Amino acid sequence: MLKKLLIATSLLLMAQANAEITIQITEGGAKRTPVAVVPFGWEGQSSDAPLDVSALISADLYRSGRFDPLPEGDMLQKPTTGADIDFDDWSILGVEAVVVGKVMQTGANAYMVQFQLFDPLRQTQLVAYRMPASRGTIRHVSHRLADMIYEKLTGIKGVFATKVAFVTAERNSSGSVYRLVVADQDGENENVVMESKDPIMSPAWSPDSRRLAYVSFEGNKSSIWVQTLRTGNRINVSSKPGINGAPSFSPDGRKLAITLGGVDGNLDIYVLDINAREFKRLTTNRAIDTEGSWSPDGKHIYFTSDRSGGPQIYRMSANGGTPERVTFEGSYNARPRLSEDGKKLAMVHNDRGNYRIAVMDLARKDLLVLSTGNQDESPSFAPNSDILIYATRTGRNGVLESVSADGLIRQKLESGQGDVREPVWSPFPRF
Amino acid sequence: MSNLKLIAVLLATLSLTACGGSDTIPDPDPTDTVYDDSASGADTGGYDDGSMGEGEFFEDDLSGGELTNIIYFEFDSSELRDDDQELVSRHAMQLANNPSATVRLEGHADERGSREYNIGLGERRSQTVRRMLLIQGATSSQIQTVSFGEERPAALGSSEEDYSLNRRVEIKYIN
Repeated sequence: MLKKLLIATSLLLMAQANAEITIQITEGGAKRTPVAVVPFGWEGQSSDAPLDVSALISADLYRSGRFDPLPEGDMLQKPTTGADIDFDDWSILGVEAVVVGKVMQTGANAYMVQFQLFDPLRQTQLVAYRMPASRGTIRHVSHRLADMIYEKLTGIKGVFATKVAFVTAERNSSGSVYRLVVADQDGENENVVMESKDPIMSPAWSPDSRRLAYVSFEGNKSSIWVQTLRTGNRINVSSKPGINGAPSFSPDGRKLAITLGGVDGNLDIYVLDINAREFKRLTTNRAIDTEGSWSPDGKHIYFTSDRSGGPQIYRMSANGGTPERVTFEGSYNARPRLSEDGKKLAMVHNDRGNYRIAVMDLARKDLLVLSTGNQDESPSFAPNSDILIYATRTGRNGVLESVSADGLIRQKLESGQGDVREPVWSPFPRF
Repeated sequence: MSNLKLIAVLLATLSLTACGGSDTIPDPDPTDTVYDDSASGADTGGYDDGSMGEGEFFEDDLSGGELTNIIYFEFDSSELRDDDQELVSRHAMQLANNPSATVRLEGHADERGSREYNIGLGERRSQTVRRMLLIQGATSSQIQTVSFGEERPAALGSSEEDYSLNRRVEIKYIN
């Protein structure tokens, strides 16, 4: 049985769907900075570069909501190196930053991608960088370059090279199909990493982005799995009687905070040492204690508990001990997620009858409601702490939205895959 | 499928009751509703000595013999409604009379709010039914619980009526 499942998952790993998510910016409250990404040069054997790198960088910058790339037709010159730039040609167009670059072939399947970023008003170079690439990596490399440009211009780390995992549910005549999907942050490169006729829930990234933990209901009981994305191999880390749920990786990647219910159904937070398979119980309250989530420094676990009546968010030491209540505003606050800088806490908040995404500033203790639906759920911070992704509803289907932490820039990620839910943003890629 | 099994279990219960209601007679196979020993070859005679068996009260199941196996709950509640107390009692009796029968109690929640918290709410409902079954004679080894939270809705819409159909526990006989 297990072997069969393993084969099935590894086959699915290779089944790459066409990009079915299209991104549409629905609110761009922030002022867009005019920039120019000049078409990149190509020095190679074939007629075209393996990827239109400048188009990808331009699309990334536009999608961020903070930049307005100049159309190619409005450009007065198309230099590919800094030496060829006439700064007056760009400052006259009101452009505040110019990106030039080129792709050079260095082997049969080897390329060097380079760019330079200039401030045409001060006539200075802000950064020059090059990275090797292959046909398989050039898209990712280009997103990394876009990240560098974004960070140089905004002071905020870019997240164009990150990924998003989410769950889809599709109903057909013979039942339901649940899929765990990983896609690039721009919706491209979708991969189904797990497929089941039984529900899949609560995906969680490992800190190194290489594994996903999730809950599966295969066999009509809940179990927690950790799957390595590259190989598709997965291990069952918890299948106790009753509920096995809500996995969340510790910042060192060695442990999971999980929820176990046991035979008597008293949901409590446990910490599971993944390699040693040791379970340590952290809460014992008769109430529902679930949705444990680590603080980025690994010292605390935030969780949902209805020990006071309705669900509220609490915080305790990662070693256990007496929890302290964190949320007091409103009758329903659940599913806590910390930003990577440790300063903000995202949650599902009942706002006058609507379930919406809210963010609490942990220093000021104030709550900002960021979403506008009535059934919004599963908030997850991008690793730059500046953007959140969450699930909302369009008609009967779940769709994904992202919003900047100040609420000004909102994007809807449309998918052709039926009901999409539980998006989780990957950490920064590591090399 | 599960309905067929339920009928089989019911029939087994009835056949036990029909042969005297004694709980000392082991049922060789709870799904085997007809027991025929004529193959032994022996043939015995007998006569009516006028003795009578014990009488008993019985309930006429007006729904046609099959117990409903879905129990619905109010918003944000895991309390059994008064109307459902008797239904759960009858499932408990069925389990008590058939020690080899086992059930899976599948708890569900409506879609509002957080998914993992809804798993907790579904489990609370399963546990309410489980405790009632245990108090009334079922044993813990006969009962499994699972909560699907909002993951397996019975009704797909987002109206109050849909929500009320989704807040439920399904009692599933699994052998």
